[in-house]
Amino acid sequence: MDTIISDLGLVINATLIAMPPLLYAALGSCFSERSGVINIGIEGMMTIGAFVGVVVAYFTGNPWFSFLCGGLAGAVFGLLHAVACVSFGADQTISGTAINFLAPGLAIFLCKAMFDGSSDSPSIDTASKLPRLLDGVFPVGSFWNNVLNTYSAAYLAFVAVLVVWFVFYKTRFGMRLRAAGEHPEACATLGINVFRIRYICVILSGFLSGLGGAYVTLATVSQFRPAIIVGQGFIAIAAVIFGKFSPHGAMLACLLFGLCTGLRTIASQGNWISPNLISMIPYVVTVITLVLFVGHARVPAANGKPFEKSK
Amino acid sequence: MKKKCLSLLLAGAMVLSMASVGMTASAEEDTIRVGMVTDVGGVNDGSFNQSSWEGLQRAMDELGIEADYLESATDADYATNIETFIDEEYDLIICVGYMLADATRAAAEDYPEQKFAIIDDSTCSDLDNVTCLMFEQAQASYLVGYVAGLTTESNTVGFVLGMSTDTMNQFGYGYLAGVLDANPEATILQQNANSFSDTATGKSMATAEITGGADIIFHAAGATGLGVIEACTENGIWAIGVDTDQSSIAPETILTSAMKRVDNACYDISKQCLEGTLEGGVVTYDLASAGVDIAPTTDNLSEDVLEAVNEVKEQIVNGDITVPSTQEDFEAAYGDIYELD
Repeated sequence: MDTIISDLGLVINATLIAMPPLLYAALGSCFSERSGVINIGIEGMMTIGAFVGVVVAYFTGNPWFSFLCGGLAGAVFGLLHAVACVSFGADQTISGTAINFLAPGLAIFLCKAMFDGSSDSPSIDTASKLPRLLDGVFPVGSFWNNVLNTYSAAYLAFVAVLVVWFVFYKTRFGMRLRAAGEHPEACATLGINVFRIRYICVILSGFLSGLGGAYVTLATVSQFRPAIIVGQGFIAIAAVIFGKFSPHGAMLACLLFGLCTGLRTIASQGNWISPNLISMIPYVVTVITLVLFVGHARVPAANGKPFEKSK
Repeated sequence: MKKKCLSLLLAGAMVLSMASVGMTASAEEDTIRVGMVTDVGGVNDGSFNQSSWEGLQRAMDELGIEADYLESATDADYATNIETFIDEEYDLIICVGYMLADATRAAAEDYPEQKFAIIDDSTCSDLDNVTCLMFEQAQASYLVGYVAGLTTESNTVGFVLGMSTDTMNQFGYGYLAGVLDANPEATILQQNANSFSDTATGKSMATAEITGGADIIFHAAGATGLGVIEACTENGIWAIGVDTDQSSIAPETILTSAMKRVDNACYDISKQCLEGTLEGGVVTYDLASAGVDIAPTTDNLSEDVLEAVNEVKEQIVNGDITVPSTQEDFEAAYGDIYELD
């Protein structure tokens, strides 16, 4: 019984480590996709957020301010994506791909310029990291320590899901943004400014992705490295599609990915199963769930199509 | 039209962001010129590339050789960077890391007169003009294992591996042997993250070992190990670093590190090239040749432990202690207790 409880604690702990960056980025992706703009550039926006977050923390020592700055750095690239795709009607996949090259390139360039040519940032001390509210309350290695003593921004990600869900389904802005992603012409006919809505949504998607990236360098680890964001952005995009483009669906998808990471940790104890099979767990579980329970995800009708007023 | 202009602009930005950094050197007759090609980490990666370049800088100061480096931004740059040094008639080209093995082999076969050295790879050892610089990582791991065995209070230590290959498992054999020789009662928790870049998995695996009672964790897992170190910091236990002196990442958490002295290897090979004694084949750097060692930062080690480790170090150099580096040797001495191979 003790082993089961302790293993359960580890699975929850692993989920809380792996999931928050994905969840922030997935919420960002929801905004962009639902308003009708494909955002492949999540990965790049996360990387710049990760870099800016840790650098600001290194110089100011203020974790929440740094977290916010990481988000704002992502928002700047969101703005770039919005200018390209909304104002100029550029191909959204190309613009997003360009951001995935540009943002990490810029982060590494700035890192080398700031820290004597080193592509790794110096690591920040514990006080500059996002706080853990219940640090030292429970004994090390206990169930409650593993479950409750993680970074507060991890729990905040779940609050963010609630907020985004409320915005999407209970506010006028939410209804308009969903409409802009389904039938922008009809929106425009009714006097809604589709450009403005898409701008706000794409910038918000950059902001939330930036927060996801900043979480990695301000909580998961404590320094920036060139390969600090490897694929999380794309997993977040997959989670949004998996969750049928809704914030709560994306959360469940992220939860599944997180749980699988936890199962990997448990399953690899004692090395009874081949590590390569264990590494496959998240992907196998995803495919099975997708086929058996989720079914067809309906893409917002106007997703990826630039809106032109004159049409 | 607007769309086309923008696509062009963005495509341009992509090209720019991938451009590599190049440097050139001046020629001089009575000395040798050594060129170093980095892997994608770049010359200031705080790890192998950086320490290789430091070795060459020391060789420039002390031996009066000339040296230069070319950074590789992508895998595709290896061959072109090697080609650049060949065109400029460098005497020795050092390729940093096993990722350059294919490019090195191709160039060495095309230019049999050109001398090469490659770090951490022995697949090119059949070529006369390539020197493979290998490291006895089991010995360094044995030393940190010995430290862990003496330092642990819970009699439980942890190990997180990046990938189960013959080379990587040498870290495990050495570590387990060291822990058990120092502390036969100790339990060693073992996890294989099966990745060198998955920090989240590293962190949760370390948390699992901490939950299992470990109070010291050694990682041989590259960037995955950053997560291990982080988990140790959060839970207030010791972590042991790998490859370089990782103390700067978390000065309060890193007990010691199992180091590969790539800088010494680069210095040596340059010296041999200068003196004309350079030979092909595999050169293995061990404790005796100062090719591997524990980290110079010893602030967190107690006097007794430090003294004991220095004694053990001497015994390894003398040959009184043989550190197992293969599965057969390890199991013959300690039984089948290493789970990850």
